Amino acid sequence: MGQICIATADLAQVLPMHLLLASDGTIRQCGATVTKMFPGRDLTGQMFFDCFTVRRPCDVGAVDDILAHQGAKLHLVVRNARKTSLKAVAVSVDGGDGVLMDMSFGISVVDAIRDYDLTISDFAATDLAVEMLYLIEAKSAAMAESRKLNTRLQGAKVAAEEQAFTDTLTGLKNRRAMDHVLTHFVEANEKFGLMQVDLDYFKRVNDTLGHAAGDHVLHEVAKVLLEETRSEDLVARIGGDEFVLVFHRMTDIDKLNEIAARIIQRLEEPISYNGQSCLISASIGTAISDGYQGLTADKILMNADLALYASKNKGRACNTVFSEELTQEGPLVDVTTPSLTG
Amino acid sequence: MHGLINRSLECFLRDTYGSTVWQDVVSRANLPFDRFEAMLDYDDRLTYAVLMAASDSLSKPRETLLEDLGTYLVSNPNNESLRRLLRFGGDTYIEFLHSLDDLNGRAKLALPELELPRMTLHGGRDGNDFRLVCKGPPRGFGRVMRGVLRAMADDYGALVLLKDIDGETGCEEIAITLIQSSFSDGRDFRLAGPVGV
Repeated sequence: MGQICIATADLAQVLPMHLLLASDGTIRQCGATVTKMFPGRDLTGQMFFDCFTVRRPCDVGAVDDILAHQGAKLHLVVRNARKTSLKAVAVSVDGGDGVLMDMSFGISVVDAIRDYDLTISDFAATDLAVEMLYLIEAKSAAMAESRKLNTRLQGAKVAAEEQAFTDTLTGLKNRRAMDHVLTHFVEANEKFGLMQVDLDYFKRVNDTLGHAAGDHVLHEVAKVLLEETRSEDLVARIGGDEFVLVFHRMTDIDKLNEIAARIIQRLEEPISYNGQSCLISASIGTAISDGYQGLTADKILMNADLALYASKNKGRACNTVFSEELTQEGPLVDVTTPSLTG
Repeated sequence: MHGLINRSLECFLRDTYGSTVWQDVVSRANLPFDRFEAMLDYDDRLTYAVLMAASDSLSKPRETLLEDLGTYLVSNPNNESLRRLLRFGGDTYIEFLHSLDDLNGRAKLALPELELPRMTLHGGRDGNDFRLVCKGPPRGFGRVMRGVLRAMADDYGALVLLKDIDGETGCEEIAITLIQSSFSDGRDFRLAGPVGV
């Protein structure tokens, strides 16, 4: 094997983290960066194993052991307060009279530069440590920007949802939209009819056929409600299986009864889902904007709700139009429409 | 154009001239929003529209604004991370100049979508005269680099003389004369970043 001769100063230039050991383990010389790990301590003349622990391979306790692993990767720990871990490789030099060991920080470089206040010139010109530090900082800065953006987008999404007027499951209007329309109608003294529609037996569909079937039924219900109303009417889903219909400029009770009957009839048609038949119906409570002094949205909703409960009490699947009698205590009086379904 | 470039331009105008000027630029440039996101991409036309609007609003030539942007990017405390990344280029101003050859590649490591011109440093005969050639888009980036070079000289404590020279088409060239490498103390720089970075 050929030999080369290199001045020790040049060696220090190429390998700022090298150690030159005598065969008894005495440190003969070391690179400038190694010195920085032992401030106020001159390593020259000290024993290698007093300054470093070889963690792996685990059988290394003397220079001969190091040479037995010549060329293999060594894991060292610095015997100082920082306990910095290092990677190293060693070869024999001077015809077996000494050992040349070169070290690197590996992943511990981030802590090491802080702990030992290292500068760019403490690393070999070919060392990738500075590139790694550069990448860590650049990627952290980019990540921080991305996180900021994500947080802002999340905030914008929540805000958009709060402002939305659409029920995302059915595509109908939502409670917010309904409140908006009702408030507007009341303020503008518009005439309107209002129906609270509550699905009957929907829970049974959900429980026996699953939520996907339930969602499918809600879609079909939405379709029916849209088909049985005019484009100027509002159809909103305001709860799981609760809907509100607002009929613009329609306070004719006969007409509303007719519409309610048609809706119930159509909702009672079996809805097929994956070969299964889903059977539901609907109870409806209707109220109109006529005959109030100081109408409010809450008041008419409450009255339609009372009418709806009257329908439920009558055995479901029917429509009830609100009348003052419903507000009285005692047994409910069947004042208006009986069930129009078969 | 990468959002980082647009956002830098926006922050430069806001931090240097105030929100009123920025809002004026937004309306002159017909921006459909009033803040750029650093991590999104934008149509190149928006960037040039902002630059032209700022030039009109401040009655300053675009070249001057771009050079000031370069200085701002290095010297404003809000951009400490960028200054640090540039200081990773080397321990001395000359090493920094040489590291500019790698700037494009380094930027790509961190942000693959970021398009910067290819930069080549040509060294003068006596070792103190250099020529930086910036080739490729974005247009006008050479002007930004002029500001960066000037501010980085202050950062390293070096005294330099910069001069534009006519380069070949599609290239921007800057002549750099290093008069004194340690003219002042410069600014402190440690490899170890602030805790938490």
